[in-house]
Amino acid sequence: MTATDIPVNQSTEPNAEGYHEFSLGEFHFRRDEYFAYIGWPTGNHIMSVDAFLRALQRDVAWDFFYGIVNFDGVFGTVNHYGTVDIFAGRYNDSYRKAELDYSENLETPSIRQTFKSILSDWTNESFDPFASPHETGAPFGIKSGSNDAAVTRRRVAAKRIVSAPGDEEIRTDENGFPINRMFLDVDQSEPVIEAEPGFESEVVAFNLFAYLSRSDVTWNPSVVSACKDSLFCPTTEEYILPIIHGNDRVEWFVQLSDEITWEVEDRDTGAVRSRVLMKAGDVAAMPADIRHQGYSPKRSMLLVWENNSSKVPELIASGQAPTYPVEF
Amino acid sequence: MGNPVRGGGVERSAYTTVFGSLDHFDKGAVELINDDARHYAFSNVFDVASKSKPWEKVAVAKNFEYVLEAIRAEGQSAWRTAAHDEFALCMDGTVTVELVKLETSPLPADAEGSIALEGEPTGARMGVIQLTRGHQALLPAGAAYRFTASSPSVLLQQTITGPDTQQRWAEICQTN
Repeated sequence: MTATDIPVNQSTEPNAEGYHEFSLGEFHFRRDEYFAYIGWPTGNHIMSVDAFLRALQRDVAWDFFYGIVNFDGVFGTVNHYGTVDIFAGRYNDSYRKAELDYSENLETPSIRQTFKSILSDWTNESFDPFASPHETGAPFGIKSGSNDAAVTRRRVAAKRIVSAPGDEEIRTDENGFPINRMFLDVDQSEPVIEAEPGFESEVVAFNLFAYLSRSDVTWNPSVVSACKDSLFCPTTEEYILPIIHGNDRVEWFVQLSDEITWEVEDRDTGAVRSRVLMKAGDVAAMPADIRHQGYSPKRSMLLVWENNSSKVPELIASGQAPTYPVEF
Repeated sequence: MGNPVRGGGVERSAYTTVFGSLDHFDKGAVELINDDARHYAFSNVFDVASKSKPWEKVAVAKNFEYVLEAIRAEGQSAWRTAAHDEFALCMDGTVTVELVKLETSPLPADAEGSIALEGEPTGARMGVIQLTRGHQALLPAGAAYRFTASSPSVLLQQTITGPDTQQRWAEICQTN
């Protein structure tokens, strides 16, 4: 079945503001000029459409990522890598105690196609959900055009390393990636490479910092090198991570430039556990039982390091592996 | 004067990107509210490299068998090889990478982590790469590689835990 064959349950006619309404399982979605409204059998929820679209964009772009993507303290998704839970209140202590939490498990293609349709229909021409607030117009108002070029950017995932023949290309002015305004001072020189004939595909290097300085998105990890299941997923960060990421495995951060503050909470209850200030060169693990949200006052470079093994979530969930990375 | 921006605010006319180095790094920290600092294994690659001997491979991040090693690059390293791809990211200074295609690898195909080689490797010269800050190089599976740095520099290596990986977590990480 191709993506276009997957049915999406949307209203026949747009609402008074020009936007379609959508249903997914028992969940219902609608927006007006300022807000996204989410309904389910035991409740309903309201979010700024700015926050909703920024979170939705990451969930779609990352194909539901590792573990939990909390849009805020109430609504989000859990990736089971083939199916996805869509939930309300499941990781919110008050909702759970009041027994108002609700979730449904759906086939990944179904939720993917519905979320893509909402993102396309609700994003106006003036707004880029991947951009920092300084770089884009507002998402508010009645329906006014669309911005599919922005919301359907191709996901970058190097198979071996960026710049290797046949792999992901480096970024240049010519291929549409100018240096970001906050990284104009980043050295753009590429490594000097002297490859002997026949070894051009293996004598490979590139300027990662220059590559990141030309990223046109924020809070969007993409693979630049792969050592089996060990993935370097650097990203450029500015303002606030639009989701609260709940881990199903340990992930690591290496702050490559500038600084980010992470607010860390218990994954299941939201109880505050720590605040992590990371400066250039700092390395920190995010344990497998937390959720975190980052704040970057200036555009910064962050190396997100992931173990992509499909075995890891079950090892941690079953207690066979600890929720933190090393014992000392 | 600042620059008006699309979002409606005004931002600075120029920004300075802050990188760390062996000579100047500023560490952050874990501010604990209800947790154990050791769960975050918080360290800093420049801090680790500043206290390391040349070419020590000190783990600063570990996820099951996978590891990131902070390496103080100074002088010339031994030749090393691994049966899988590895990657070296230059975090500070200038480092030269020499690559040789080994005629015969001493490692089985499924071996994990790198090992040091005795003496000079036998095989075809593949090439040389000059890295400075921010440059990342492939250290291809089955190749021998050697680093040279004329002044103290720092590498971050993406690899798998091997016999020479040093784990000094209590020494390098914030503990309370």
